Amino acid sequence: MQITPARWIEKGHPMSMKNKAADWHEKYDAMIGTDKVVKNRSGIEIAPLYWPLDDPDGSYAEKLGFPGDDPMTRGIYPTMHRGRTWSQRQLIGLGRPVDFNARIKSILKSGASALSIIPCNSVYRGLDCDEVEPEILGTCGTILNTVEDMDISLKDIPIDEISIGLNDPNPFTMLAQMLVVAENRGISWDKITGTSNQSDYISHFVANHMFYRLSLPGARRVQMDTITWLAEHVPNWNALSIVGQHMQQAGATPAQAMGLTLSTAIQYANDCIERGMDPEKFLERFTFFFDISISFFEEVAKFRAGRRIWNNLVTERFGVTNPRAKRFKFHAQTSGLDLTRQQPLNNIARVTAQAMAGIFGGLQSMHTDGYDEVLSTPSEDSAKIAISTQNILKHEAHLCDVIDPLGGSYYVESLTYAMEEEILKVIVQIDEKGGMYKAVECGFVQEMIGASALEYQDQVDSGEQIVVGVNAFQETEDASSRPILKRPPIEQMEEQIKRLKEVKVARDPDVLARALQDLRDTAKSTDANVFAAEMDAVRAGATLGEIVSVLRDELGFGMPLVVA
Amino acid sequence: MNQDPTVPARVLVTKIGLDGHDRGSRIIAAYLRDAGMEVIYTNPWQKIEAVVTLAMQEDVDVIGISSLATDHLLVPKLMAALKQAGLDHVRVVVGGIVPDEDEADLLATGVSKVFHPGAVRDEIVSEVARLARDADNARPLD
Repeated sequence: MQITPARWIEKGHPMSMKNKAADWHEKYDAMIGTDKVVKNRSGIEIAPLYWPLDDPDGSYAEKLGFPGDDPMTRGIYPTMHRGRTWSQRQLIGLGRPVDFNARIKSILKSGASALSIIPCNSVYRGLDCDEVEPEILGTCGTILNTVEDMDISLKDIPIDEISIGLNDPNPFTMLAQMLVVAENRGISWDKITGTSNQSDYISHFVANHMFYRLSLPGARRVQMDTITWLAEHVPNWNALSIVGQHMQQAGATPAQAMGLTLSTAIQYANDCIERGMDPEKFLERFTFFFDISISFFEEVAKFRAGRRIWNNLVTERFGVTNPRAKRFKFHAQTSGLDLTRQQPLNNIARVTAQAMAGIFGGLQSMHTDGYDEVLSTPSEDSAKIAISTQNILKHEAHLCDVIDPLGGSYYVESLTYAMEEEILKVIVQIDEKGGMYKAVECGFVQEMIGASALEYQDQVDSGEQIVVGVNAFQETEDASSRPILKRPPIEQMEEQIKRLKEVKVARDPDVLARALQDLRDTAKSTDANVFAAEMDAVRAGATLGEIVSVLRDELGFGMPLVVA
Repeated sequence: MNQDPTVPARVLVTKIGLDGHDRGSRIIAAYLRDAGMEVIYTNPWQKIEAVVTLAMQEDVDVIGISSLATDHLLVPKLMAALKQAGLDHVRVVVGGIVPDEDEADLLATGVSKVFHPGAVRDEIVSEVARLARDADNARPLD
């Protein structure tokens, strides 16, 4: 719903205002011309000026409401950031578990309030470190193959007091390892809080193949087994984080990314209902993870609109009345795609603007990118600047003093409506395909995202979208501002490989073989719970690679659908 | 020149190693295709041997490796494998997140060009076209 001056006049507002509006419009057109169309990344036309909303049905309560009340446009909690600010959840992962543990402690000291564990790319692929070329081990994340690796990573970390995000794709071996570590430390599982951050296999199939390990139906089975098992045994764990970030990073516009994410959430909710679960309960544990691009107002409106749509949607589609089950809880990460290799320190300014959009959008948890992410795996110094950025915005800029501070802006409210319309269009398209699972199986979503990625790149290439230092304001490169890259020495990786081999030899082969056979039988059956069997396998010393390999045998290898 | 100049350049666009981020490789594939080249596009996670075999079977002029998460560290192994397979004439370009220190190493092992974030369509297309001509000129006569 665009509130343009023309529309205002049509609505019959007082003559004096009408005349002023017409007067202003005439001046504006005379100076700028009428042919200059401005659009945001989602393709919504942006007017040069916004007016008080003409609100014929007086729908403040219906459309905005109060924080914590339906439709939660202004936030999911009554107190929002005034009560509790977001978790500063920096993604960290590097080298060996022991290096990672040292880095976590340093980051916690500098103000991070929650953890997010990033494993090595080899882990994402479901491979143990002895199956991979040592050159590419531990360069982007930590090697987590065994319970021992997890125990070292979390040494002296109070895992019952701190919220932990695991970047742990299906079949969730890191989660199993962590629960066994808790068990060994005598920590009750109901004290464990946090989120399985890479649990959205649909987004992996579509947009981030890095995490895609099992076939689509196999991943669906394991995910549902895990969700039902966790609901019973680890009640405060968020089993599901639905990831719009992948969609947007792969090319979806902000509106498309939000629409596709909500459609994915509908798919998972329907799958849970099919398993006999109660939406009033399981929806309490749904969380979301989004990208924050530098398109500032668009991102703010995206989050506000998404929150409102989700609230209405779970009420209408699933009949939910429990307010906790209607909360659109989300983590967000500033977008690495907006960062530039040229003049990299400029990225600190970009991350600041992105972070502000996320804060005004009402997020619950945030990762701010290091300015050097576009150059290499982030350095320790850049990670600290990224956290300081959050602290400065919080404590010096006072961005948390008022709840939903952009609410009521003529522009932001109008844009929130317009984004809502765009997002709903995507949801309708996916519904028409028979839901998200079917829409990704046939490549429909992949094509949508691919087309948007190309369109945006064309805008940058043509200079229509200015990027400072890239297609405008270029300067001679000064390499001195680039951080010095530290990569784990290859000897450390070789040592880690040796260590894994020792751990493997020390296991009881009969116990291990039995546990892996049980896992295989469970995967073959249709009614037993795969995650329960996986927990037993981890207890018996099975490695990541062994578990994934058994499940790939039985449930199929995850190969993405290539649409190029 | 061994080939008829009207025959389009053949380019293999692929990803080796562990990473699966493919927005970049998909865009590059589309750019090259739009420019009239024949593009062979693969799934991510290709083994080096598989890339060499495919390059040979498809008789490509240029191999484009997209690397966003340190997989470029395997490219020296790819260069050695291409050489061993007698594919010295095939030009290799790498695009993505490649730190400066590594770029020098890659060029030293025979990589023709490294494209960084911010590289634009025209630059990429014209450079790949030029390298394809080079490859064609260097192609051994049977």
